[in-house]
Amino acid sequence: MDYPLKKVGIGTTLIAFCLLLCLSGTPARAGSSQLLLATTTSTDNTGLLDYLAPHFTRATGIGLRWIAVGTGKALKLGQNCDVDVLLVHAPEAEKNFVAAGYGIDRRQVMYNDFVIIGPLADPAGITGKEVRSALVSIKQSGATFVSRGDNSGTHRKELELWAGSGLELPDKASWYVQTGQGMLATINIAAERKGYTLTDRGTYIKYAADHGGNPPLKILVDGDACLRNQYSVILVNPERCPKVKSDQAKAFAQWLTSPQAGKLIADFRLMGKQLFVPNAE
Amino acid sequence: MDFISHGIAEAFRLLLSGDSQTYSAVAATVKVSSMSMAVSLALGIPAGFILGYTSFPGKRQARLMVDTMLALPTVFIGLLVYALVSSQGPLGDLGLLFTLKGIAIGQTILALPIVIALTAAAVEQMDRQLRTTLISLGADRYRLLMTSLWEVRHGILAAGLTAYGRVMTEVGISMMVGGNIKWQTRTVTTAIALETGKGRFAVGFALGLVLILIALTVNVSVSFLRRK
Repeated sequence: MDYPLKKVGIGTTLIAFCLLLCLSGTPARAGSSQLLLATTTSTDNTGLLDYLAPHFTRATGIGLRWIAVGTGKALKLGQNCDVDVLLVHAPEAEKNFVAAGYGIDRRQVMYNDFVIIGPLADPAGITGKEVRSALVSIKQSGATFVSRGDNSGTHRKELELWAGSGLELPDKASWYVQTGQGMLATINIAAERKGYTLTDRGTYIKYAADHGGNPPLKILVDGDACLRNQYSVILVNPERCPKVKSDQAKAFAQWLTSPQAGKLIADFRLMGKQLFVPNAE
Repeated sequence: MDFISHGIAEAFRLLLSGDSQTYSAVAATVKVSSMSMAVSLALGIPAGFILGYTSFPGKRQARLMVDTMLALPTVFIGLLVYALVSSQGPLGDLGLLFTLKGIAIGQTILALPIVIALTAAAVEQMDRQLRTTLISLGADRYRLLMTSLWEVRHGILAAGLTAYGRVMTEVGISMMVGGNIKWQTRTVTTAIALETGKGRFAVGFALGLVLILIALTVNVSVSFLRRK
């Protein structure tokens, strides 16, 4: 009979699995000694963090890993003490976050601006208009508008713009498409549907670069004061969350707002275009 | 759709050029699915065997529960495990959030009902005469158990492969519990989701092909085992 052979087989397999378990334990422990940042899709998708992280590690000896989600989820992860530090862009929500005691020491890091992009044919005729009348035109023409719909910083800004234009949110309108996805995914959906969308300029430049500089969607509205997109760093409150790496988080915030990091941010370019403007105080 | 042809070329380029990001994701996928499969098989085969072989009060209810668990959505399991291992959750002190081990817990919840249900089904379909014949031949309980297990080995193998396929291809748990952290918890499936989200369809497609290649390797190894 084959039993002994079979038993050896099971034994060997179990040992192999145990070895795998032991091996896999090491990187997990090594990983937990690093600083954990929750950030927005725009800082990750553009490649900014891939570019900054090695500089930060060289300057401070602290490893950095990050989770790129919408600002809404990033704030939630901070509230649940699951990350050490946040780099987000929804000033109103951030102030509430700090006021509620979830975070401390909010500092400005950099800004870029939001732009409304759409097909070159521009069915709603919004080119060069100011935001308010552009949104009114889109609504009146019934042209497709694609929204993040995910409670991200960009989504919050968009809601603010509809409200600021005195328009009711077209939540259930057939021309208003809510994707619930990240910025680049949403731009791609807008391109497929030949619609308009609101994006941060950094992600748009990345999108244009991906399309060899000739993307199907163009910037149609920009430069309005209400389109400014401010990024800030917030430490997760160590008094509420004793396990967060508050010293390393503080070092990160200090480094990110230093003139040295500011220069790196200003030098970060795609297709020769600057994506973010440092404005730490 | 030229990204399909681009994707196929890209898949070979990524694998042959030893692209470190791709291999890091492949390593994460293989590690995490090995962990979850080891636990699922170790717990699921005995449980499935008992469920299929013996009769006890409440067996039908147990069966119904296991079969219902087959329909658990992966995003829901992800949310459940997140709630458990989040800093403020009951297992928060273990520091499992955003680690491969955390993902493995979720994948075990996913795979365990599959292993149990399919093992139980295989055992139930086993020849009922076998037990009587063995006892009449004077087999002791250990022999009886081992022979019965040997008889259903193909069914158990199929259960393992089905569970493995599900574990390796899920994205909801890995994304929610793992956080898709580069070099650490980025698996092949979360990398596909990321690249697709970034509009890099060819890279996403290539990574999908890489995943199929891993599955092929596993199945070829298993069929080799079966022939022996």
